[in-house]
Formats: sequence, C-alpha cells, structure tokens
Amino acid sequence: MSTINIKEPSVVIREKRLGTINAFTGTASEIVSRSAKGELKDCKRKFSQCLGCNQQQAFCQLAMIRDAVVINHAPIGCAGEFADFNFTYRVEQSRRQLPPALGRYYSTNIAEKDTVFGAAKKLEETIRLAYEREHPNAIFITTSCASGIIGEDIEAVADAATEELGIPVVTCNCEGFRSKIWTTGFDAAYHSVLRGIVQPSEEKSNKINIINFWGSHVFDDVIRRFGYEPRYVIPFSTVEELRHISDAVATIHICPSLSTYMGAGLSQLHGVPEVLVPPAYGVAGTDRWLRALGTILGKEDVAEEIIKEGHEKYVPEIDKLKERFKGKKAYVTAGAAHGQALITLLSELGMDVVGAAVFHHDPVYDSGDDKLDILGQAVKNYKDVPDYRVCNKQACELVNALNRIKPDLILARHGGMTLWGAKFGIPSLLIGDEQFGIGYRGALNYARRIDDTLDSIEFIKNYSKHASNPYTKWWFEQDPGYFQGDGSGRGCQTAGNGGF
Amino acid sequence: MACAIEQPRFTCALGSCQSVVAIKKGVPILHSGPGCGVQVERIIGQGEGYAGGSTMPCTNAEEADVVFGGEKKLRNVIENSFKVIDGDLYVVITGCTAAITGDDVAAVVGEFQEDDKPIVYVEEGGFKSNNYVSHSRLVKAIIDQYVDKFNEDREVTNGLVNVFANIPYQDPFWNGNLEQLKRILEGIGLKVNILFGNESEGVSEWKSIPQAQFNLFVGAWAGLDIVKHLKRKYGTPYLHFPYTPIGAKETSKFLREVGEFAGLDPAKVEAYVDREEKKFYTHIDKMASFMLEFRYGIPRRFYTLADSSYALGFSKFFLNELGIIPGIQFIVDDIPEKYQQQVLDEFANISDLQRREVQVVFDPDAGLDQKKLVEDAKDYEDKRLLILGSSWDKHIADELHADLLIISVPVQHRLVMNCGYLGYEGGLRAIEDIYDRVLATYR
Repeated sequence: MSTINIKEPSVVIREKRLGTINAFTGTASEIVSRSAKGELKDCKRKFSQCLGCNQQQAFCQLAMIRDAVVINHAPIGCAGEFADFNFTYRVEQSRRQLPPALGRYYSTNIAEKDTVFGAAKKLEETIRLAYEREHPNAIFITTSCASGIIGEDIEAVADAATEELGIPVVTCNCEGFRSKIWTTGFDAAYHSVLRGIVQPSEEKSNKINIINFWGSHVFDDVIRRFGYEPRYVIPFSTVEELRHISDAVATIHICPSLSTYMGAGLSQLHGVPEVLVPPAYGVAGTDRWLRALGTILGKEDVAEEIIKEGHEKYVPEIDKLKERFKGKKAYVTAGAAHGQALITLLSELGMDVVGAAVFHHDPVYDSGDDKLDILGQAVKNYKDVPDYRVCNKQACELVNALNRIKPDLILARHGGMTLWGAKFGIPSLLIGDEQFGIGYRGALNYARRIDDTLDSIEFIKNYSKHASNPYTKWWFEQDPGYFQGDGSGRGCQTAGNGGF
Repeated sequence: MACAIEQPRFTCALGSCQSVVAIKKGVPILHSGPGCGVQVERIIGQGEGYAGGSTMPCTNAEEADVVFGGEKKLRNVIENSFKVIDGDLYVVITGCTAAITGDDVAAVVGEFQEDDKPIVYVEEGGFKSNNYVSHSRLVKAIIDQYVDKFNEDREVTNGLVNVFANIPYQDPFWNGNLEQLKRILEGIGLKVNILFGNESEGVSEWKSIPQAQFNLFVGAWAGLDIVKHLKRKYGTPYLHFPYTPIGAKETSKFLREVGEFAGLDPAKVEAYVDREEKKFYTHIDKMASFMLEFRYGIPRRFYTLADSSYALGFSKFFLNELGIIPGIQFIVDDIPEKYQQQVLDEFANISDLQRREVQVVFDPDAGLDQKKLVEDAKDYEDKRLLILGSSWDKHIADELHADLLIISVPVQHRLVMNCGYLGYEGGLRAIEDIYDRVLATYR
C-alpha cells in the first residue's frame, strides 16, 4: 500500500509508488504472476514515438470543474489541448442538460526570456487576470517541462494568491518529463484536489463517489436502488461539491488506472472505503461487482434483486449475439485497466482474445489490495491472452503485432491506434465513453456495437486497399517487441523482461 | 511576445513538425518531452498524415535526460527512425527540455548528415517562438542543410517559381489553397514548386528551389523570412503579395502582379484572368438575386478572429464581392509590431470608392478579443452578424445568434478535406459555405 501524503506539493510518481512499467512482452498470465511476485522490471526503448504526457492527464481531470479556472504555466504549445477539452466539456454539457459554457483556460505563454529571467511574475499576473475575468471559485496551476526546469517556487506564488484572492489557488505538478507513466498526471490532479480543495467531513452523507472521466451516468439507477445518491467526480463537479467528497459512504472505480490515487487518498485521509472489485464489465463481472457493493453497503438482498432483473432483461439477447461471435479473434489496445476490462468483456461475449497492446502496467494499486486486479481475474475466469504486450502507446509495436496476428476485430480506446486496424482491413471499434460497457446493459451495448462493426466491412476493406503505410519492410520482419530492451531483437521475452 | 493567452489559436515552435508532415514522405523526429507531438496535433493536426501524430518518432524526454542530457537517446531514435519509417526527408526538431539542457543536436544530426542521410535539424524549444515564426526556421533549415547540397552550380530555370504561402495545418485550408495557387499560377504560364501538400512532387521539388526564377510569398508576414533568406543565399528575387487573395477581384490583381514581376506576356495573363473572371461572375450573376432579394435576413456585418493574411483577404472579398461590411478585425497571430503598419495600410485601402475606417485589434489573447466583440455587437442588434473565427467562437456566435464560418484553428465543428478559399474557385466555395450556414438556420 502506498501512503498518500498531501503535505508534499507533488505526487510521488507512479513508477516509484506502484512499480509501474511500460514495456512487456509475454502472456497475460505471466504478467499477472510476475506482478504478484514483484518480479516486473521496466526496460527502455531504442526507438520511440510520441506519447501523451502527465500534463494532459492532469488537465483532463481539472478542466471540467464547472467553476474553476486552469492556468497552464507553460509555453503556448502545451495549451494545444485546451480546445480539445473545451469541445468535450461542451458536448457533455448538453448531454447533462447544463447551460452552455466555455472552458476557462489560460496559458502563461512562457517565452525564451522567461526561461532566463524567470516566469513567476507572469504567473502572478495571469492568476490576477483570470480572477478578474472569471471570478472562479478555485484556480489550478498545471506545470510544464519549461516551468519545471526553470525551477521557480510556484508553490509560493500559489500560496500568496490564495491569500490575496480568498479562493484556493492550487498547484498541480505534472511536468511531462517527471514521469514516464502519463497516468501519473491523473494522480497529480487528484493530489491537488485532495490537498487544496477537499475538507474533512464531520458527518457522512448518503453519497457514493464515482471517480470517472465524463462518461454517461449509468450508475444512477443502481446506486439509488441501494438507497444512496451517486456523485460523479471530478469532471462536472463544482468546487463546493469537491470540498465534500470526503463525506461519501464509498468510492467506486470505473477504471483503477484512473482513480487508484483518489480512491486510496479518500480512504486513508477521510475513511471513505473503496469498492475493491474489478469494474462491472460483462455479465459475470457485473454479478460480482453488485455483490461486492451489496456487502459494503450491508444490502446483499438488493444486489441479488438487481442481478436477477438484469439477467432476465439483458442476458437472453446477449446470448443470441454471442452465438455470432463464436470463434472470432479479437485484439485489444487501450490504457491499462480499461484494456483489461475490455479483455474481460470480449471474453465473456465469447470471443477469443488473442492479443492486447496495453499502454502501461500497474503491478499493484494504491490500496495495496489485489481484489482490484482486473487482469488477474480475467485470466482466472476466462482464457489466457497469449500475446499480451505493454506497448507504451508505441504505434509501431501495435502495427507489427496486428500484421502477424490478423485478428477479426480490434477494440481500441485511443486515437492514432484504431486507425491501424482499418489500414489492415480489420474491423475496428473505438468507444470513447468508459461507462458505455458497464453493467448488463453495457455488455449488450458492446455486443450490439461489435455486431455492427463486424457487419460493416465494406468501407474497411475498400480503404485498406488505398491506405498509406509509413513502416518499412524491415520493421515488419522484426519482432514487435524488438525495441523493448536492448534492441537485440529478443524483445522482453528473455533476460527477465528487460536488458537495461 | 504576448503575455497570458486565453483560447490559443496557434501553437509553439514545435508546431513546425506539421510542416514536415505536409511534405510528401517527410518524417518529423521530435527531441522533446513526451506530450509535445500530441499537443501540436490536438490544436492544428486534423488527422495524422503520413508520419505525424502517433507515428511521429520522439525521444520522449524523462527526468534522467533533463539531468544528464539526451544525446545518446536522440542518436538511437534517429538511427532507428531510418530503419522503421520509410521517409524521403527526416527533420529533427528540439523541444523545451533539450533546449534548456543544451543537448548538442547539431553534432548528433551532423553524424548522420556526414553519412549523406536526408536529415536536417532545427533547434527550437517550445518557448522560443510560436509556429508562425518557427515555420520559416524549418524551411530555411531544410534549404541550408539539405537542398543546398544539390546546388553547387545554380542554373536558373526561366518561369519556375517557388511558392510560400499560408502555413500548413496552421491554415486549416492549406492543402486546398495550395492546390488553387498552383492551378492559377500554371494558368498564367508559370512552372510551380508548390512544395507542400498533394500537388507537390515532394522532396525532389525542394531540390530545385535554388533554380527558380523568382520566389513568391503570399501572406502578411509569417514566411517572409524565407524568401528574404533565399534572396541573400541564391540572389533569387521575390514578390510579396501581403494577404490571401480570395474571389475574382483580388485574385486577378494577384495574377497581374505576379505576371508583371515574372515578365510574362501580359496578353496571355489577361486572357487567363478574363476566362476565370467570366466563370466566376457568371455564378455571382446567378446568385445576385438571392443576395439582394432574400427576405429573411442574411449577414450584413462581420467580425474576424483570425490571422492577418485571412483577415485581410476575407475583408476585401466580403466588402467588394458580397457587400458585407467589416466590423472589428481581431488579428490573433501575434504579428510582430514591425509588420502591423503594413496590415493597417492594406485595411485603409480596402475600398476603391471611399475611405473606410476598419477597426483592427492586434491581440492573440482571444478571450479578451471575444469580450470586446460581444460588447461591440450590442450596437448592432438590428443586423445579422457573421463571425469568421475558430471553434472557440461557437459559444459567442450562439449567444449573439450570429453565423459562424470557421476559418481558423482550432477546427472542431467542420471537416476539411480539399476545401480552399484562395483564388477564384475558393471565393465561390466561401460564398457557398457562408450561405449554407445562413440558410441552414431557417426552419
């Protein structure tokens, strides 16, 4: 178990806290057993392609707090994401019947002279400007490689501004170079909220925290059946709501890669228990999840009722569709826990998950409890995944693996990856909403979408005839894990997963 | 350089990686932090292209590289980029991390250049400038470090022109615009190195840059450095046309200037202009009744939040060809002070018939610009308004019940393939797009 220390301004990075790695080639069962024994070692790559960074993950969690402003203390390029998240923010506003509003994001626009003479003054001015323009209830400051290397005391600027403006001005240290694991950025955002916003609660409420992105509100009915109220955290919360998330009865994870730190933080600092069971993907997975929730809330009978209803309502149609998926080979590419959840879901829908390119791997979560280990349970409950690779979002590894495996379906979760299925003429599906596949209904949702995707092959087949391919013949002759490790061509299969 | 910016509409120096993506089989290699490529793609990307986005090689700097330097890592990534990605030209661009820690990128890339590999480098650092400025440095680096190798004896090819115009990807319509530019310049009899995009032959075209009879720069300022550099380097004269010509009036003016500068036969140029104008005005003639007789409201006043080349080009076009009057022009490209007067002069001469005061605001902090726009619009509640802007402006356009034509990044509310607004055909396309948006609002 890692200790959450909110006295420190910066979160401890994931590779140190959890032993997270971003390179592995082997089977799913192998990574599970090595994780349990603490035998995973990371390795470097001699060739790499563009990754995401901490700051983007931190920003996505902070950018949709409805009455806060985010200041990115960085050169203007690091603000490339502003418009993208503003778009998401506004799409999701209309889904939630909220009035239209713009995301309020500022760049301090660090220039060359600021790297010499300091950028702290610029930050102070931007804080004041943002405050005057918006009168927000909190301001978050996300840092960048440039501000990190300049190395000024941003904490002091934030503290002074907090005093001057009378609202929390909180730093979020998420420099791109700080961690090789981009999901450390989620932790950085949660760390800021835990240390700068959340207050201790004297009384418990009837609320259950759901730590999520901005997915659909699929938990409403279920949580209310148990007699509680759902509270989706962080996007679309207000600062005032975030102050009180410590009063919850429990915390639910939809994706522990996202929420491990927040779950553990609320548990360690405020005594909010985590629902420690893999998220509710697939029929059997949903059964297990509901029973675990029922146990925590002391309402096992309600859980059994919901399970019975869910089976009656959804399982017959799921079973019908399952017939059509028999013998189909599926490949998954996604961030860690969500990828593992998709493996669970596809296995349960009767597909043969032949491979996965997952972006990183957390051998353990902050709770220290292995009950949240999605992959471990998937391997136990279904088949092993023979080609499980931790690819660090390296498109070349995915492309190479797909070229060998030639699956019937690709399920992806990030842009830039799904494309490659189509280029090979393989039906590919990207679902943005993590909550789309949750519960019995979610299993049916996925089954239907997969059925549609497998059916709609005309475009894919036509496009693949004309698609460009920048990869060389040489590359396709190497092992997909060639660059993991010492570049010997052995990938990470030998030498204890890594030559470095 | 500006202070704080709300609603950015350009990116940092690393944005020039998209200019590499715009060259056929060009491969950018970022020596930067892990998220930089994604950030650039997010605001100006619109699709990966050949080797952009997730395909783009990057050293993904981590803490150790910042402390101990990242030269070894860079060497590995370059060496393997040649093996993994099939490219004609590789360009190393450095980010903030490498710039501050001071990696000797010249030395590392130099090793490969000595082996005659098609590779160049640009030492950037995101904080060094925005991408309007860094685009020129990129093009100059390709010319100095690569193109120049093939040109010991410069022989001028008569009638050959190198075209430098709006910045690829920063101008969402760059590809369509370049297609149009090439079409009309060939129309008056020139041979055109268009250099970027579909209509370019790729790197082989770049190699003939020193042979051009002259260089043409179409735009307000961002890129002017390139043609000045080529004048110093090869003595090639250049013509600067200071905005994007849209529609018949401006395009004809543009072609006549080019024709004269190039010493083309005026009769041939006039014949082409005449043919194109006839086509153009046949369409205008056909739709004049709509513009004059449509009873339910079409835009009468427009605001622009865009770069100087588009703000000027569209203003001239709207005023003279559609009768829509320019409101405040917010120029958001962080145009250096020394170029601002020239833009103001162009606005002052926007009409041939009368003196017009067009209010121009130079400020990349578009959040502030929007507030000024909304304030100004209060005085024009009787008019239907048009905003030329980006996806950032959807919100105020909705609030003001104004029509919005997105012509600037970030572009999230329309999809751009080969659409271009430059030239005769571009002008017609602009008219279609504006009134398509206007008419679609009716029940």
